[in-house]
Amino acid sequence: MQENTKIKTGGAWFDLNLREVWAYRELLYFLTWRDVKVRYKQTAIGVLWAILQPVLTTAIFTIIFSRFARFESLQVPYPLFALSGLLVWLFVNNSVTLASNSLVANTNLVTKIYFPRLIMPSAATFSGLIDLVLGLIILVGLMIYYGVNLTSRIFAAPLFVALAIVLTVSFGTLFAALNVRFRDVKFVLPFFLQVWMFLSPVFYPSESLPEKWRIVFALNPLTGILQGFRAALFGGDFDWSAIGAALILTLVLTLGAFFVFKRMEDDFADLI
Amino acid sequence: MTKVVKVENLSKVYQLGGTRHNSLRDALVGFLRQPSLRSEKNKLFALQDVNFEVSEGETLGIIGNNGAGKSTLLKILSRITKPTSGTAELRGRVGSLLEVGTGFHNELSGRENIFLNGAILGMSRAEIERSFDEIVAFAEVEKFLDTPVKHYSSGMYMRLAFSVAAHLEPEILIVDEVLAVGDVAFQRKCLNKMRDVSQSGRTILFVSHDMSAITRICNRAIALSDGKIVGAGTATDVVREYLSSSWGMTAERVFETDKNPPASEFVRLEKVRVIDENGETCGSHDIHRKIGIEATYEVLQSGAILLPNYQVYNQSRLHLFTIQDVASEWKRREKDQGRYISTAWIPGNLMAEGSFFVNVAIVTYLPKMNVHFNALEVVSFDVADSLTGDTARGDFSSKMEGVMRPMVDWETSIREN
Repeated sequence: MQENTKIKTGGAWFDLNLREVWAYRELLYFLTWRDVKVRYKQTAIGVLWAILQPVLTTAIFTIIFSRFARFESLQVPYPLFALSGLLVWLFVNNSVTLASNSLVANTNLVTKIYFPRLIMPSAATFSGLIDLVLGLIILVGLMIYYGVNLTSRIFAAPLFVALAIVLTVSFGTLFAALNVRFRDVKFVLPFFLQVWMFLSPVFYPSESLPEKWRIVFALNPLTGILQGFRAALFGGDFDWSAIGAALILTLVLTLGAFFVFKRMEDDFADLI
Repeated sequence: MTKVVKVENLSKVYQLGGTRHNSLRDALVGFLRQPSLRSEKNKLFALQDVNFEVSEGETLGIIGNNGAGKSTLLKILSRITKPTSGTAELRGRVGSLLEVGTGFHNELSGRENIFLNGAILGMSRAEIERSFDEIVAFAEVEKFLDTPVKHYSSGMYMRLAFSVAAHLEPEILIVDEVLAVGDVAFQRKCLNKMRDVSQSGRTILFVSHDMSAITRICNRAIALSDGKIVGAGTATDVVREYLSSSWGMTAERVFETDKNPPASEFVRLEKVRVIDENGETCGSHDIHRKIGIEATYEVLQSGAILLPNYQVYNQSRLHLFTIQDVASEWKRREKDQGRYISTAWIPGNLMAEGSFFVNVAIVTYLPKMNVHFNALEVVSFDVADSLTGDTARGDFSSKMEGVMRPMVDWETSIREN
């Protein structure tokens, strides 16, 4: 709610108007809360799904990789390694999917009410956070069970989670905007996410990659984020070049995604 | 008086043929540009050079036929879509109500929806908490506050939705035709609330097809036709002028599913046509010939008795008659899901010459009366009396009075004494 409004064509070339997003923070809160609430309504075990999904996948990976392939360089038992990666990955995967669909699924809001459109994919992304937090609680429990020594590095873990959130918001925003005009996104996205998962060190350590390919893999911001996140949790060494690359790439992607979103935003109500 | 709304040279152009691009390259280049720079072909001016001002505390009515640009204007003023050119300035907090119940979620309870919907309409949490009890009382849903709204009756749902909206307290309120559904008592309640709001000194922009509502609530009005302002002045004058003109008539109206067609949970209107005896769409009819009014609608849920109900008005908006499907076949029979076409035939030699407007409603009388929708002035048609000497006018050739012109049987005999 602004006091005075001036309506005209276009608008500034690149003005995200984050002040306005801030003014609408309560709407962001309510939409996030709605998404969480609705997601687990009418399910028999409710929010338990948030835990089951990563735990079951970890179990499957553990069975496969302890039988058929072994990673030598792990500092912690494989289930811990896999779960830590999966929690971050599932958050990225689920939230990008939800966010990409957020504008199209809320056509009635977009065509009937004004609000900063950025709120819609952001709320979808944040609604995935609750699953991540629940998963992290299980992870910490499992770390205690396996007797992992906690170091002061654990305080860096939230920073990597934050970086993953920013990365997710940027992809979610980009796909949400593209989806309004090109419903092709619906078909492209699952494929893109699948390839992205295999190219990210989710269930294998980046150290197991051949040396000469590491630089290529570092172009994937998730490589640095997952490496740093695990190093923080399990007390390993930070791979500063990968983390630095992740930081820069996430920043560039975010700016790019917001730019595209901003360019397309004015036409959402007419196109959707 | 201070001008709180100032609209200058406002235009909105839509590209016909939708958003298709010949190649992905065109699309990529296209979306980085301003909308106004895209292809010049197939333009539709939804609004063209619209200028007006509204003073503080004034209630401005906006009238016009369907497709005249009213909704586009409200959407621009609510900042939902941007104008192609021109500017609009609004001074003060703006609240817009283009639809009642926007953002209601069926799975959430009444209480939860009050907070969600309030936030969507732009109320702060503190404001919602402050008016919470009032909202609940106005909606009369105290007992069902913690029930998901999917279990609400449609009446309860509408009452709650309107109640939240009615407690919005902006300085400028933008209201679209939100009063066209629901029972009569509810409509009256909404209208009274609107009048209270206008009397409390707030500025209102109000779109309606209901001319009596416009004249009762608004001081001033503007009339739109084909995206242009064709009349402006006091509400009474503009309404009078509007009623005697034929701005933007049409013999066929298609309601696209994604464009908010007249609908309820049971039935959705798809198309209305005025047809001749061969079934062709026809806007001008010879007075001899019968005139068909045909509605195509989709029944979304089986199990209700759904009766088409057409109301016919003349140019001075005199309600001539209402016709509804009383043919024995469907009068008391439930309709299953599917697409239906109902045609009413107005006999030849009944209507007077002139222009006529038709409202199309679908109603249920049994077991309980329910108006599923009443789409106002969806189609219009002309009737011409051809001076051939074989109609009710006979050989009379000047202006013939009377709102109907039936051809009746005459018997005259010579009395022989």
